[in-house]
Amino acid sequence: MSENKEVLIKIEDVKKYFNASNAFGNKKGQVHAVDDINLDIYKGETLGLVGESGCGKSTLGRTILRLTDATDGTIYFKDQDINKLKREPLRQMRKHMQMIFQDPYSSLNPRMTVMEIIRSPLDAFNIGTKEERDQKVLEIMEKVGLGKQFLFRYPHEFSGGQRQRVVIAKALILNPDFVVADEPVSALDVSVRSQILNLMKELQEELDFTCLFISHDLSVVKHISNRVAVMYLGKIVELADKNELYDNPLHPYTKALLSAIPIPDATVKVKRQILSGDVPSPYDPPSGCHFHTRCPYATERCSTECPKLKDMGDGHFVACHLCEGGAS
Amino acid sequence: MSDVALKSIKKDKEESYSYMKDVMERFSHHKAALISMFILGLIILLCAVLPLVMDLDPYSTDSLAVYAAPSAEHILGTDEIGRDLFARLVYGGRTSLVVGVISMLISVFIGVPLGILAGYYRGWIEAMVLRLADVFMSFPSIVLSMVMVSIMGPSLTSVTIVIGITGWPQFARIIYSKVIITREMEYVQSAKATGIKDGRIMTQYILPNALSPVLINMTFRTAQAILMEASLSFLGLGVKPPTASWGNILQYAQNISSLMMRPWMWMPAGILMLVTVVTVNFIGDGIRDALDPKLKIQ
Repeated sequence: MSENKEVLIKIEDVKKYFNASNAFGNKKGQVHAVDDINLDIYKGETLGLVGESGCGKSTLGRTILRLTDATDGTIYFKDQDINKLKREPLRQMRKHMQMIFQDPYSSLNPRMTVMEIIRSPLDAFNIGTKEERDQKVLEIMEKVGLGKQFLFRYPHEFSGGQRQRVVIAKALILNPDFVVADEPVSALDVSVRSQILNLMKELQEELDFTCLFISHDLSVVKHISNRVAVMYLGKIVELADKNELYDNPLHPYTKALLSAIPIPDATVKVKRQILSGDVPSPYDPPSGCHFHTRCPYATERCSTECPKLKDMGDGHFVACHLCEGGAS
Repeated sequence: MSDVALKSIKKDKEESYSYMKDVMERFSHHKAALISMFILGLIILLCAVLPLVMDLDPYSTDSLAVYAAPSAEHILGTDEIGRDLFARLVYGGRTSLVVGVISMLISVFIGVPLGILAGYYRGWIEAMVLRLADVFMSFPSIVLSMVMVSIMGPSLTSVTIVIGITGWPQFARIIYSKVIITREMEYVQSAKATGIKDGRIMTQYILPNALSPVLINMTFRTAQAILMEASLSFLGLGVKPPTASWGNILQYAQNISSLMMRPWMWMPAGILMLVTVVTVNFIGDGIRDALDPKLKIQ
């Protein structure tokens, strides 16, 4: 992707630590959920964020929307530092940035009808008259493929796929500039997954929003994103254009992840690279490169010095001591 | 879309499955609750209607019939100054039920908002509300009520208010414990991310989803309040004398000779109170079971 694109969200040195305490309230240490992340999100793109569970990808998404406050660092949305916003300006800002949650079974208020749920963002910001709001609800419902016979039904009457359509309709009715989709399809049936993904793709073309797509599923991310960032233990280890990343992964962790994608063809033999050990505890992340405890190529330097995210050319960033110099 | 079309969709909807229908269905399978509902309904109906259709006078004294045993003229006899006990029982029932329900509502209206605020905002509001509730609950409620009533002076209003005030911590704590669970639900997080205001989140997202334990406890509290009013009246701090209540009917029978020889003075009021409290509790049980979706309809 070209560098002259307009930056919508700029994340600088963002950290999010959670204080952990034991049963007696004594401080046990800090969970480094998001550890010093720098990231630009360009207008109109879909940035896929992958990583295993617990690596801090959801926390990063929630920090960007300021659903939790960052411990340190700044987040710019259209050149405005959202960490400094007070209550009401922050609420107004939310008009432009919405979130699609992972679990459509728990992210809809069970005591509201579909009509009330989808209309709630319009009600919250007092947009238009009542008739205009109802009209808008019907328009967006048609766009996400929900018939108007569902208007007065309650969430429990729907299947997972239909509920996620309701969630998407609610997130998009304000026409936001930026949407964080936190594993929007991982709770869904495989058969419904592609429907929802394609719906999101279509809607993105039509409504032109920027999307941070969080997932642990590499094939889903490949399908929907323009660029992909790989996270490991609170840090971004590799960031590149989708095709570049999948064809030419540089970081040993990315290589291991990609080799684990199943290929639906029995005749193809893949040499799987199996990582040994577990993800280290984020309470007390390893010194130096967080990945050195499991990396097959780790050197002395990896355990002492933390690698920075370096540009290897063509917008391919990687944080690894083994990838020195220019483009691959 | 026109309003007419929207309404026609709404109509279709009502025929489909709904949560409330399920609750009603489960409630109707709870036999004890249904029977209790019938008995309590009868008591309420009699208390409400009898004074209108019968010529009942709970105040005037019949000097020729003091401590009279039940007879055709006074079907439940008379008390020590010759007032008709049946009339007093009916009017007393009105008082007791009204005190029970209104003071319960006062408790709900104080306790529920405080509990929601404490659970939603946490922090210093939480600490303040919970400590205040602890203070209220650490005194035996009868002692607390006696002190408050003696400050305000015993009357129907003051007794109702005092019983209402002593009941709030119960509701605050019940809804608080439910709110701290509900506020972490994804739909509340999602409402925050959408930009919905805190007030609306509390009333439309948290309240409806945290209310069911309060509904159950409303019935139990009504029963408690009726007993509390009776205790206060029994101690002479309740509803003031000419006005009848089940509690002060019992108070007048508070001497050995009445207790031993004139059971008509205290039996009917005692039995009615017992029946009312028991039925209210059974109805509460029924509501609790009906609101629990995990219980299958038999």
